[in-house]
Amino acid sequence: MTTFIARRMVAAVVILFLVSLITFAIFFLVPRLAGASADDLASRYVGKSASAEQVHQRAEQLGFTDPVLTQYADFVKGVFAGREYDLGGPEPLDCPAPCLGFSFIDQDPVLPDLIDRLPVTLSLAAGAAVVWVLVGVGVGVLSALRRGTVFDRAAMAVALAGVSLPVFFTGLLALSVFSYTLDIFPPGGSFTPITENPFDWAYSLVLPWVTLAFLYAAGYARLTRAGMLETMNEDYIRTARAKGLAERTVVLKHALRSTLTPVLTIFGLDLGLLIGGAILTESTFSLPGLGTYTVQAISSNDLPKVLGVTMLAATFVVIANLVVDILYAVIDPRVRL
Amino acid sequence: MRRRRTVGAVAAAAALAVGLAACGGGDSSSDESDGNGGSEPAFSAATEGIVNPSDAKGGTLRYANEGEWDSLDPGDTYYGYSWNFANAYYARKLVTFKNAPGAEGGTVVPDLATSLGESSDDAKTWTYTLKDGVKFEDGTAITSADIKYAVERSLDKETFPHGPTYFNDFLDGVKDGFSVYKGDTLDSIETPDDKTIVFHLNQPFSGFDYFAGLPATAPVPKDSDTGSKYKNEVVSSGPYKFSDVQDGKSYTLVRNDQWDPATDQVRPALPDQIEVALNVQKEDLDQRLMSGDLDVAVTQLGVGSAARAQVLADPEQKKLADSAPINRTWFTSINSEVAPFDKLECRQAVIYAADRTGYQTAFGGEIGGGDVATALLPQTIPGTTKIDPYPVSAPTGDEAKAKEALAACGQPNGFETSYSFRAERPAEKAAAESMQQSLAKVGIKVTLKPYPQDDYFSLYAGKPSFAKKEGLGLMANGWAADWPDGYGFLAQLVDSRVIRETGGASNLSVRDPEIDKMIDAAVNETDETKRQQAWADIDAKTMEGAWVYPGVWAKVLLYRPETLTNVYVSSGYDGYDYAALGVAQD
Repeated sequence: MTTFIARRMVAAVVILFLVSLITFAIFFLVPRLAGASADDLASRYVGKSASAEQVHQRAEQLGFTDPVLTQYADFVKGVFAGREYDLGGPEPLDCPAPCLGFSFIDQDPVLPDLIDRLPVTLSLAAGAAVVWVLVGVGVGVLSALRRGTVFDRAAMAVALAGVSLPVFFTGLLALSVFSYTLDIFPPGGSFTPITENPFDWAYSLVLPWVTLAFLYAAGYARLTRAGMLETMNEDYIRTARAKGLAERTVVLKHALRSTLTPVLTIFGLDLGLLIGGAILTESTFSLPGLGTYTVQAISSNDLPKVLGVTMLAATFVVIANLVVDILYAVIDPRVRL
Repeated sequence: MRRRRTVGAVAAAAALAVGLAACGGGDSSSDESDGNGGSEPAFSAATEGIVNPSDAKGGTLRYANEGEWDSLDPGDTYYGYSWNFANAYYARKLVTFKNAPGAEGGTVVPDLATSLGESSDDAKTWTYTLKDGVKFEDGTAITSADIKYAVERSLDKETFPHGPTYFNDFLDGVKDGFSVYKGDTLDSIETPDDKTIVFHLNQPFSGFDYFAGLPATAPVPKDSDTGSKYKNEVVSSGPYKFSDVQDGKSYTLVRNDQWDPATDQVRPALPDQIEVALNVQKEDLDQRLMSGDLDVAVTQLGVGSAARAQVLADPEQKKLADSAPINRTWFTSINSEVAPFDKLECRQAVIYAADRTGYQTAFGGEIGGGDVATALLPQTIPGTTKIDPYPVSAPTGDEAKAKEALAACGQPNGFETSYSFRAERPAEKAAAESMQQSLAKVGIKVTLKPYPQDDYFSLYAGKPSFAKKEGLGLMANGWAADWPDGYGFLAQLVDSRVIRETGGASNLSVRDPEIDKMIDAAVNETDETKRQQAWADIDAKTMEGAWVYPGVWAKVLLYRPETLTNVYVSSGYDGYDYAALGVAQD
């Protein structure tokens, strides 16, 4: 088991390294290949009326004039040893290790921003995950057990709507009905950290949770239903019933357990991706999380920020995968081979 | 299957939005307000007088921004709303705009200084004296040295790339790469004593008071200056100070007890607290504004299309909206470097053939879009009179005159050219398409070329070599005045000397040495009436050369919830004057 975990962790590190290399190349190498000079890149990060010399100077300060490989080496070095940028201010600007990038526009290290915004995204993703797993799996099981009834058909119709309707639609609808018209929940942009007031935290996140969970729960319900239907026809379920076990035990202990394996896989990936930023949900509800941060970074062309978020998101996906792999190995020993 | 259904839902939602927008169009009647500065809320009432006048103090004024500030640092900001906000709350300058509605709000009055600037040496030297009793938030007296330092530090465009460069261009002896952080100091700003500050210019400039009203003259204590980090810890000289700055998320300001109202004639300072939420989704922002959960959309770009339809359809809501004229023109630059636009008549043919109402509709129509423009200078700029040098037989274009012009420039059958616009801007795209259709009628075949807006001026349309190589004969453009006068609007737009091979200029097409000479004369003119006339003449001369097709003198549809008091649109800020706003107290 230890070897297995160690092997997986090494693979995870290799993947992160590759992701950083590819992302870096897309941002800093591709424009070069497309014919943009170092000065062209730097012209975004100086004032409108900068002279050619000023643009060139900025290009040098930001390291754009170095070969791309050197720039990448500097980036990697920064992650472990920190970096300093001399942009002509009162003193050189410091980006302490781990320096996950330095915003060319804000002239600030990226990592503190990410750490600052992570709690919002984590709160959103974790809360929504609880809702969608409970609701999705619950509805899926009930639907499977009552196959063909009005409940099953209604649930699957709602589930279809869930996967079909985009978050920016359901989110705005939810806000308009429950916040502006009925005034039950707070408007978009409300967020209270859990450390400040757990009740307000949950209250302010109910609409985003439900909106986001609606999208995911639908998929989980359909997945669980299909899995349950298949499992319930297995021989060992008949055996369990024949043993005289209570139906409850049969369903929960025997059927659901094996149905959950594929659900777990999807869950790991979904959660990992969401922690990298639920872009649409955060934007719709104006939540200051990683998703809105990414949107701003992209729209202002602040490449180091985008690079930082990409690395963070990749890390979460890789970690979530790692955890799922390990859990799998626990459930099914064959995986370890 | 799943994919198709998603697309269907999106399409349905989009159709719904379009339908809503369509319902709101067409209605262009404007209910006249009583025009006596009265308090009854009526459509566009705040463009003519003060709505809900009040001097009641207290409450929290809530702003929201759909995006992010460029910077809170008065020395490093260039958004109009940011200048308005800084002026209202934390950055007092030597002079500022008058606390008054309409065009009067565009006149300059003393702020930290006791009077407007006294000029000598043919308007090359400007002297200001500071008031007594003006202090920073920590209680230290504001001296002329603090203002000199503030201006000097703002000259460092490496550290502060966002702000304007007027002081770099006009102060005497500013070398390239000037930086207080490298130990540079400037002899052309003198502070003979703590109360007096003298500016020496490299050329006569009669409108210097507008420079003295730039946020960069807001004092900065040298000891607190942290360069590019100062934006998060600005030291206030105004009635409020920052109590919390969360980059990219929110700002909070509370009363500054060191501010003495006796020294301040422009800021009633009504609310107790100011809150700003950043990066609020636009539709959500509009809805919150209308439901009374927010007081002001800080960027003053106007409500979005969905909210616009809602506001205009409901008389009760419409009363709370203003179709505010602003100092902005949307237009198309005609590039003489791309043949056959090197010939005057070919450029004129474009102006004659263009569908003027089509262009106006592209930008949103009469309400929220603007009026059909017949020259560059917006009608809100003092001293501007409407000229129409290219009268047409129909607002949808004059084919006969256009064909005549084409024959005169040796292209009777028309020609091919390209039209650039900013890809992210649907209005510019719609205007380009309208031009494409109207020009096709006279044989001018137009290829549309979108470019990313971030690099539009620096790498594409604004880079002369690129524009020439790509044959960009027509280029979408838009410009807002830094302050409401001819210099503030036209100087960066029609002076051929601002065009640089490296790109980045806002003037994409006007290359006329005559105009450059006229600009120099206007800049040096000290008589105000003559100066206004000089700029009007420059505008007329630009039209005479057909260097641009003027599209729309812009208007924005602003919304003022009933929670707001003392609301008026000021020409000085192209929107509501934030210094005046208060919150209704019940």
